[in-house]
Formats: sequence, C-alpha cells, structure tokens
Amino acid sequence: MFSVDLLLNALVAGTLLGGFYAAVSLGLSVSFGQLNIVNIAHPAFVILGSYVAYMGNSRWGLDPILLGLAFTPVFFFIGVGVYRVYYESFERKDDEALRGLAFFFGVMFIIEVGLIMVYGVDFRSVQAPYIGQNWKLGGVGVPTRMFVPFCVSILMFAAVYLYLSRTFNGRAIMAVAQDRLALQLMAADPVRIKQLGFGIGIGTTALAGALLIIIIPIEPSIGRLYIGQVFAIAVLAGLGSIPGTLVAALVLGIAESVVSTFFGPSWAPAVAFGILLLALAFRPQGLFGR
Amino acid sequence: MRLDAFHVVAAAVALLGAAVTIFDLLPINKFAFFAGYVVLQYVVLATAWNIMGGYMGYVNFGTAGFFAVGAYTSVVLYNLMQAPLIVMIPVAGAVCALLGLGMGYLTLRLRGVFFAIATLALAIVLETLVVNWDYVGGATGAYILRAREIAPFGDYVEFLFFVMLLLAIFAVSAARWIERSKIGRGFAAIRDDEVAAECAGVPTLRLKLIATTVSGFLMGVAGAPFVLYVGFVEPSSAFNLVYAVNSIAMPMIGGATTWAGPLIGALLLGSVQQVATVTISSELNLLIVGVLLVFFVIAAPEGIVGLVRKWRGGGR
Repeated sequence: MFSVDLLLNALVAGTLLGGFYAAVSLGLSVSFGQLNIVNIAHPAFVILGSYVAYMGNSRWGLDPILLGLAFTPVFFFIGVGVYRVYYESFERKDDEALRGLAFFFGVMFIIEVGLIMVYGVDFRSVQAPYIGQNWKLGGVGVPTRMFVPFCVSILMFAAVYLYLSRTFNGRAIMAVAQDRLALQLMAADPVRIKQLGFGIGIGTTALAGALLIIIIPIEPSIGRLYIGQVFAIAVLAGLGSIPGTLVAALVLGIAESVVSTFFGPSWAPAVAFGILLLALAFRPQGLFGR
Repeated sequence: MRLDAFHVVAAAVALLGAAVTIFDLLPINKFAFFAGYVVLQYVVLATAWNIMGGYMGYVNFGTAGFFAVGAYTSVVLYNLMQAPLIVMIPVAGAVCALLGLGMGYLTLRLRGVFFAIATLALAIVLETLVVNWDYVGGATGAYILRAREIAPFGDYVEFLFFVMLLLAIFAVSAARWIERSKIGRGFAAIRDDEVAAECAGVPTLRLKLIATTVSGFLMGVAGAPFVLYVGFVEPSSAFNLVYAVNSIAMPMIGGATTWAGPLIGALLLGSVQQVATVTISSELNLLIVGVLLVFFVIAAPEGIVGLVRKWRGGGR
C-alpha cells in the first residue's frame, strides 16, 4: 500500500488541512489560551458561521468567503455579548470552573439543536467557482477547494497575529491573563480588554466557518468533532502561543491526513483526540509553552 | 452507617417497585416501565456525574463514553459467553471504574479544565475505537436477543425496570454516604479551594482518583443493561451526546452540592423529556434541556434545592 506518491499527496493535503485548522483554532487560542476562558462552544460558532455562509450562498449566490468576512463584525458583537453574560454571571463571582464550563456546554448544545431544528441533519454545501477544480503538480493533486481556504486562513492568521503583537490593545489582550494589575496600571480596563479579545475570538469563527463549508459538506453536529481538533491544537501549541498554534495546526493536519491515507478515514477522528490525550499526559505545557 | 428515614424510604421504594413489577399490583401501562427505565437510568448517570462534578467541581463531559463502554462491555460478555445481566453489571462497572481511574491518573494532576477537555476527547476516541472494532459490530451495531419474558417478573422490560430501580437506589445511597463521610468533606474542600486543601493535608490526588473511579463505576453500571433494553446497540446511540448533556443539566438544575439535587433533577427533567419526546418532538425537547441548563447556571446556581432552601429562609 505504501508509495512515495501517496505519501507526498498525504503531506500536501495535510498541510492544506493544517492551514485551515489554524483558522479554526485561532479564535480559541485567543479566548482559551490568552484570556483563560474555556470556550468549548467555539466549534459550534464555527458551524454557525458555516450555516450563515450556506444561507447567503444558496439564497443569493453570494461568495462564501465574502459572506464570512461580512459577518465577522456580527460575530464579534455576538462574542462581546456572550462575554458580558459570562463575566457578569461567572467570572466576577469567581465561579467559572464548574458553572462557566456548563454554560458554554449549554450554549454549544443550543446552537447545535437550533441549527438542527432550522436546517435538519442533512449535509449542506456551497457553490463557488473555485470549488471542484484540481491542479496537478507532478504526481501531487492540489484541490482548489483546499487551496483557497488555506490561503485565506493564512492571511487571517497573519492579520490577527499582527494585531495582537503590534497594537496596544492587542498586546493588552496577550497580557490580561498574566497580570491584570499591571494592565490596570497601564490604564487599560481588564474587563474591556477581555471583552475585545473574546469578541475577536468569536469573530474569527465567521470566516473559519465559511472556509469549513467550502472544504467539506457539513451538518450541525459535526462541530463536536472539531472540539478535539481545536483543543488539541491549543494545548499542543502551548496555551496562548499564536505562532505555536500555526505549527500545531500543521502538525495535526499532516498527522490526520497521513493516518486517513494509510489506515482509512474512519480512524482520522481519533488522531486529534489521541494527540490531545498524549499532550495532556506527557507535555501539558505544549510544544511552545512557557 | 446509621439507619434513618432515608433508608426506610429507599427500602419502601424498592419494595414498591418489586410489588409493581412482580405482582402487577397496579394497572400500569407497559410504556410506563419503558419510560421509567430511562428516567431511572438518568438518576444513576446524574448521581454518578455529581460525585465528580457537584461534590468536587470537576466537570466530566464524557458521560456518554463511560455509559457506552458499560453497554459495550455487555455486548462483549454476551458474545463471549452469553453472560447473564447479573454478570454484565458488575463487570461493566469494573471496566468503567478502571477507565475512570486511568483517565484521572492521566489528567487530574493538571488544572481542572484539562480534565474536562480530556473527558470530551475520551468519548470520541472510544467511539472511534468501537466504530472500527468489528467484534462488537463496528459502525453497523450489534444485536442481542433477549428473552421475551422472565420469571417472576413476566415481561422483560419490567424486570429491567426493577434492576434499574435497584441500581438507582444503590447510586443515590452511595452518593449520600460519600457526601456525609470524611471523603465527602475532602471533596468539598477540593471544590472550595484545592490549594488550601492540599496545604491542610487533604490528600487531593488520591481523593480525585477515588471520585473518578466511583463515578466511572456508576456510569458503567448504568450502561450495562442498555443493550438488553434496546436489543440493538450502535455507536451513535450509545455514545449519544444526550447522555453527557443530561447528566450535566440534571444535577445543575436540581442542585449540584447535595445527593438530592441530581435525584430531583433527573426525575423532573427525565420525566418531562419522556413526555415531550412523545408529544412534541425530540429536537425541541433537547433544546429545552440546553436552555434550562444555561438558565439555571446563570440564574439559580444552587439549583432547585438551593431555591427551596432560600425560600425556607436558609434552614435545612
């Protein structure tokens, strides 16, 4: 079964997949890694983003990526709203461990069941000119439905990374979980900063969701599978490390692609969770952890 | 362990259950047993979850994983030697207890949130394993032929109902005993402040391992008769997220810090769901669970038990 061609194909496909995973887990890297908010509803928001793209695409024939961009501000404000509720109900009372987690679990469940009630459990997909073509480079196939999302997610990743590392607010987001007091001394309100950061985290899911539905057809409960991917990446990256997120996403994408090429696709879901369990057991600080 | 009113009530419920199932004392529709079984199963699952989640503050999202491992242990035992239910239940419990212990050993030295994420991961890894494991039917599922009738209960579902009733009584009594023992006080200390507890000499890691083991055992026990109840088990039904959601929502709605919370939550929410599934739709009924969960964690953190206590003016 083994051949160099197959391996090369798996590596290229894995790299493209990993780039997309970077987009999906970027928001979680900010909210979980840097703000310390365990948003397990993150993949559910990604799916919500996918359905927004699906709706605009199927009804008005709009481009899914543009739709994702257009809805980023909407998702940003949803994120801000969710953080307000989270802060008032749990964080301020120092009660985020048990109830905060249960809260996000409930949110995830509401989104999933809500989507099932509206759209049913059928798989949905979008139409765009760049879906369905396949470039051949030597013996290696590069499907455009993977390549375009890969490029978009790298761009989004770079934009968020630049924002976080170059601007005052961005740096404040990176600092807020480490030292609230120091942040207050710099005249930045920690709650507003966390609100901004969480908004950005959810904002990225609009675009990530659009990319997801370009890559594969989706149905509402598929989001649960991505919990493994995003948390595996966030933990493997070392919490809060943005460059680490990209590396970890590529590692996971390649690992999954190789496993599904050589062992069969039904094993792929276990890769992310397997990596997550191994990372938690042996290297909880991650590859790039402090 | 001193006997008190609780044990009298528990014994009375068990006797009543026996009377209803064996001697058919009351003219009860067969569907009532069918639905009652599910409600009681949730009593066991919610109580098991609460030992880890409510007493100690460690969230387990993997209830479905433990439940399914219990169910699939039964399938393996049945395939191997046509084992009877009385063998399935303790073996399934033991397997899940070991699973809980291993899980806890891997993750409980870390921050609590990693335990939560790892349990989520565990359920999906296990599901993938089962899907790829042909001996237990793989993705297509496995059948178990159960007897139509069993002496002295008559109908087999009535027998399963009675078994689940005993398991529920056992689980609630165990939770109540733990809550009032030295172990339970240790759990509460961990919930309130783990570092302080550790400093005060509470053996936190050992207590956490005890909690995952006991909790896993009870979840496995709840899953063991599932295969006989439905007659056919497939990965997506055994690993259904509904188990995870309900086992979190029920204690949260009932009140997570006491044994009565999950019991009340499971009886209430479980019965409502059974009625709603039949009369409305199963999606809407799940949506209601999600909304109730979010509502209760925000508005009534101590659940129904807390509301009753507050209403009574803080007295027990």
